[in-house]
Amino acid sequence: MKIKAQFGMVMNLDKCIGCHTCSITCNNTWTNRPGAEYMWWNNVETKPGIGYPKEWENQDKYKGGWQLRNGKIELKAGGRVSKLLNLFYNPNLAELDDYYEPWSYDYEHLLSSPGKKHQPVARPKSQITGEYMDIKWGPNWEDDLAGVYQTGQDDPNRKGIEERVKFEYEQTFMMYLPRICEHCMNPSCVASCPSGAIYKREEDGIVLVDQEACRSWRFCTTGCPYKKVYFNWKTHKAEKCTFCFPRIEAGMPTVCSETCVGRLRYIGIVFYDLDKVAEAAATANEKDLYEAHLGIFLDPHDPEVIKEARKAGYQEDWIEAAQQSPVYKLAVEQKIALPLHPEYRTLPMVWYIPPLSPVMSAFDGGLDGINPHVIFPQIDELRIPIEYLANMLSAGDTEVIRKVLKKMVAMRSYMRSLNLGKKPDQTILNAVGMNEETMHEMYQLAAIAKYDDRYCIPKSHREDAGNMFLGQGTAGFDFMEGCSGCSVTPIISSDYKIGDDYWGELNG
Amino acid sequence: MTFWQNFFWISFPYIMLTMFVVGHIYRYNTDQFGWSAKSSEFLEKRQLKWGSVLFHYGIIFVFFGHVAGILIPKAFYDSVGITDHMYHFGAVWIGGIAGLATIIGVCLLMVRRFTVKRIYVHSTFRDILVLVLLTLIIFSGFVNTVWYTGRGVAFEYRETISPWFRGILTLNPDSALMAGIPLGFQIHVVSALLLFGIWPFTRLVHVWSLPLEYLKRKYIVYRAVFGRKALAMSEDPEKQ
Repeated sequence: MKIKAQFGMVMNLDKCIGCHTCSITCNNTWTNRPGAEYMWWNNVETKPGIGYPKEWENQDKYKGGWQLRNGKIELKAGGRVSKLLNLFYNPNLAELDDYYEPWSYDYEHLLSSPGKKHQPVARPKSQITGEYMDIKWGPNWEDDLAGVYQTGQDDPNRKGIEERVKFEYEQTFMMYLPRICEHCMNPSCVASCPSGAIYKREEDGIVLVDQEACRSWRFCTTGCPYKKVYFNWKTHKAEKCTFCFPRIEAGMPTVCSETCVGRLRYIGIVFYDLDKVAEAAATANEKDLYEAHLGIFLDPHDPEVIKEARKAGYQEDWIEAAQQSPVYKLAVEQKIALPLHPEYRTLPMVWYIPPLSPVMSAFDGGLDGINPHVIFPQIDELRIPIEYLANMLSAGDTEVIRKVLKKMVAMRSYMRSLNLGKKPDQTILNAVGMNEETMHEMYQLAAIAKYDDRYCIPKSHREDAGNMFLGQGTAGFDFMEGCSGCSVTPIISSDYKIGDDYWGELNG
Repeated sequence: MTFWQNFFWISFPYIMLTMFVVGHIYRYNTDQFGWSAKSSEFLEKRQLKWGSVLFHYGIIFVFFGHVAGILIPKAFYDSVGITDHMYHFGAVWIGGIAGLATIIGVCLLMVRRFTVKRIYVHSTFRDILVLVLLTLIIFSGFVNTVWYTGRGVAFEYRETISPWFRGILTLNPDSALMAGIPLGFQIHVVSALLLFGIWPFTRLVHVWSLPLEYLKRKYIVYRAVFGRKALAMSEDPEKQ
């Protein structure tokens, strides 16, 4: 067992109202500058739709993530030799227009325009060339299904249910999907970088780009199947979501989470076994990847795991945080959160609770609709086709989605009967494999979702870090030094672990 | 005449090569952030495809051709039985094809840089200088190969330019060797030396970052938050 801690996030899609506050605050904090205007490290997509960048889920086009080749896991876009041969031209690269051309408006004209018969207007001006432009595509272009009657045909999640996913007004459905970097356990962007500039932090699993080591080879942007590594056209360097590591190190949630008005985001750590990552990522059947991923997580209450965690250098507050982690509870204990596109084999660490609310509208939102005896048999007939959710969250395995939705229906039904002073129907609890205690836990965490329950973020250890101020900007930028360890044959060297002699010296 | 001869074939090469060496050391130590290939594929992809691929693969062949013609002495070829005729046949045909690919490539890149608005607007003076200089060097080199050598009245640079250049590298320069070489070769050599001089201060530094270590690296890179560099920095506050 080689134990590692990893930050993860869960988003409860049932609560997302698509307000984009997360995107805006993230943008204001991180990407509000030349070269990065087009980047939305956090974006909220309306599904169905082709998303941002266009068709990001179409891996036949962008070749992101991993695939099995003769039973072994290999980058879909090609291995090391293929990367070097394509160094001068990356055939799979998403271009600026696949995202959108960023623009501002010619506000000056509103002030300087002479008196005219008609009101002056502020024409859009490209932030790339500075010329007037016609806006053909923009951030969140498909908001609330705008234009999806055309573009939605290209949404890969429709696979196998093209007949049922209709885009006529009366028959359509929609849901919101907020997305950030997945900070994967088996990150294909890291593996794709020829310079070794992208790395996973040993202590907490956050994936970062070393801006000084990036040489502009741009394979990371295609290697990431979620298209969450961006190319700054001005600095010619890759940039990505940092999981707001300066905040996380200080025990604060990420900006997107902190500002989420729906309070739908959860942050916590999980312990996992690094030795099992390679095997899990190479699971033969795509539909088994979800279970394989669950199999990597370690039970933070298991005395053996606690012993190993201490041995690996994790301190008591981190172990405690792992035990209270909402991510662990929702993903592993309650099993209502699911990984986004597990079939990419990157073992992503931002998980989603599938949306149920649009489901309820199928029953006119009526109170009787909460009766599971009515809904359970009809879960397959709901407005959002269960296959659509399955293509997104469980590699097409509808049984996984069915179980989660049933749990959520059962929880509502159970709490409603309590509120009405009725005796809860035990058969419903049994049907979803839960008891009254676990029901209450799920209700507290998923429905009430207090701040302290949503965020369980252990601070990084200052006494281990020496000068935290110096550490923040550097983030272990030792170029290619001690660069070892790998999902395929994991070896983590500890040759730069900080010794007592150093700290003894520092503390005089 | 001797002054200019000594200037162009002794002083100038040493100034440029010194800038080349010292410049790289300086920039590597002061500007890691700027050290990149400055790829513009993200802004324009269609035209880059043929331009970049032809240019880069072409120039790699051309580089090895220069090693064969400049660094390896003619005596070596004589000793292993490669005649002048065989050598020049190879130089003209292999060198000519590689040169043609490079020329087509660099022309496509030049057209792209000046006609694609997104690219042109974000081109720095140095980007354009490098491109123009490269075009001049490649064009003069190609003309030299195909025109002077290919006509059959071979100008034997292996008995003039090559020993001169090896003399520069071995600190034993002889400017007399360069007396009377054709103008095309003079332009080629001087402009190439100029490019070496400005090389460290341009995007060309990416040549030294060819990521060969990727071939034997583990796929997933881990780094400790407080690794060696962070420690070194905390010991030396100057480097913050």
